[in-house]
Amino acid sequence: MTSGAPVRDSGFDDFLDALADGDGYYLECSNGHGSFPPRRACRVCGETDLEQRTLPSSGTVETFTIVRVPTPQFEGETPYVTAITAFGSVRLTGIVRDVDPDSVERGLTVEPSVERWDDDTRRLTFEPR
Amino acid sequence: MQTVRIAGVGLTHFGVHPERTGRDLFAEAALEAITDASVPRDDVEWVHYGNFMAELAEHQGHQGPLMAESVGLADRPATRHENACTSSGAAFREAVETIRAGSADVVLVGGAERMNNLGTAGATEALAIAADELFEVRAGVTFPGAYALMARAYFAEHGGDRADLAHVAVKNHANATVNEYAQFQREISVEEALDAPMIADPIGMYDACPITDGASAVVLTSESYAREHDVDAPVVVAGSGQGGDALALQDRASLASTPATERAAETAYDDANITVDDVDLTEVHDCFTIAEVLAIEALGFYDEGEGIGAAREEETTRDGPRPVNLSGGLKAKGHPVGATGTGQLVEATRLLRGDHPNSDAVPDATTALTHNAGGTVASAVVHILEVER
Ligand SMILES: [Zn+2]
Repeated sequence: MTSGAPVRDSGFDDFLDALADGDGYYLECSNGHGSFPPRRACRVCGETDLEQRTLPSSGTVETFTIVRVPTPQFEGETPYVTAITAFGSVRLTGIVRDVDPDSVERGLTVEPSVERWDDDTRRLTFEPR
Repeated sequence: MQTVRIAGVGLTHFGVHPERTGRDLFAEAALEAITDASVPRDDVEWVHYGNFMAELAEHQGHQGPLMAESVGLADRPATRHENACTSSGAAFREAVETIRAGSADVVLVGGAERMNNLGTAGATEALAIAADELFEVRAGVTFPGAYALMARAYFAEHGGDRADLAHVAVKNHANATVNEYAQFQREISVEEALDAPMIADPIGMYDACPITDGASAVVLTSESYAREHDVDAPVVVAGSGQGGDALALQDRASLASTPATERAAETAYDDANITVDDVDLTEVHDCFTIAEVLAIEALGFYDEGEGIGAAREEETTRDGPRPVNLSGGLKAKGHPVGATGTGQLVEATRLLRGDHPNSDAVPDATTALTHNAGGTVASAVVHILEVER
């Protein structure tokens, strides 16, 4: 896809660095709307004064799917589980690791983590607690 | 403000045509629309074109002039609109606005998509980029996977199951049997749908639209042009609306509803000065069976959580009180992404004019609604058509 040294996505990769170090955070406006970087304005109300808040260390799986037909980037990894997980007022989407796909259920408590896939890509993952 | 009329419509066969270029597909549909309109090609002043993935499928950008050129209109203003699966729905809305604003009297609008030359993996990758690259695609979200996330959230919130969804697929396949433009002109059973392989649980193969090549086109004229040139154009574009939402599902208030469709529908109903009860027939964006359920709720036909049983209860079937997707829908007619929006408008026009093979299901229909959605409904376009009999 890309050639040469990988170029970071500023904001997003800084967020993944922090999450990998166990220091996950999200952004919040004064109206309590949460979001993730890169973000200059609240996605709901447009406020530009966004505070960094600590991301809860675990979250609850709200919905998930077992993907069996992948994009080329995930060839050979099927079936895998992708879930949307709520961490208080914000949600994140990630791949659930260390689990039998058929045993995943809504309400499962997971911790977020970051997996290095190749030189260019990292993936947000969840591990059951 | 100028009233906008549909003077002519055209479609290619929707199906597996990997060898056909986008320009060839579009030219076939556009020339058919111009012929159907009986408007001199030279009178077309403007071209609006919808396409999603030609950069990936054909290594082709700058498609506006290319498509205008394909029908001998290379010197006309021509713009390509990209809005994922709403690309040509959005192009149609721009075409309507162009005439309403008095900027042109005759506009050619359509869309095309070449997908099968990419193969299943390549098409899956191309479709996935309608989602948020950083927060969804890198987390393994595919197009079917995204709707699977919504389907499971819907079941959890409102109930319903895969059998309810199977009835949507069965209905749309039944409607497509007489549609010569459809990819699948064959019936399926609920059992077949439930037994089909899973793509992304709970979305199975028969919950998903196929990978489709095809094109669609419409010739629009102003009221004054139609009158002056005695154009036979009984169908009026009475209402137009568009709505938006966060691109990533994780940023939506609810994972089991589609407010972008609600916003588009409200605008379109107001624009047409009608209510939901005036709608006689509907073409909705059923890229997946759950998408039809979400659409008929957001359009106001059903309360939230009530649309899941509509097909099973035969309320939205061909002979039901509120037929949905008489064309066969994206499920059976096929989903050449950039051609789908204007394709729905072609089908709805023919259903209202009485020259569609399923027109006999709605002989007294005067009002049609089309609903075109992008990605997981981060964008939605709704149009209202009315026929003068
Ligand atoms: Zn805010």
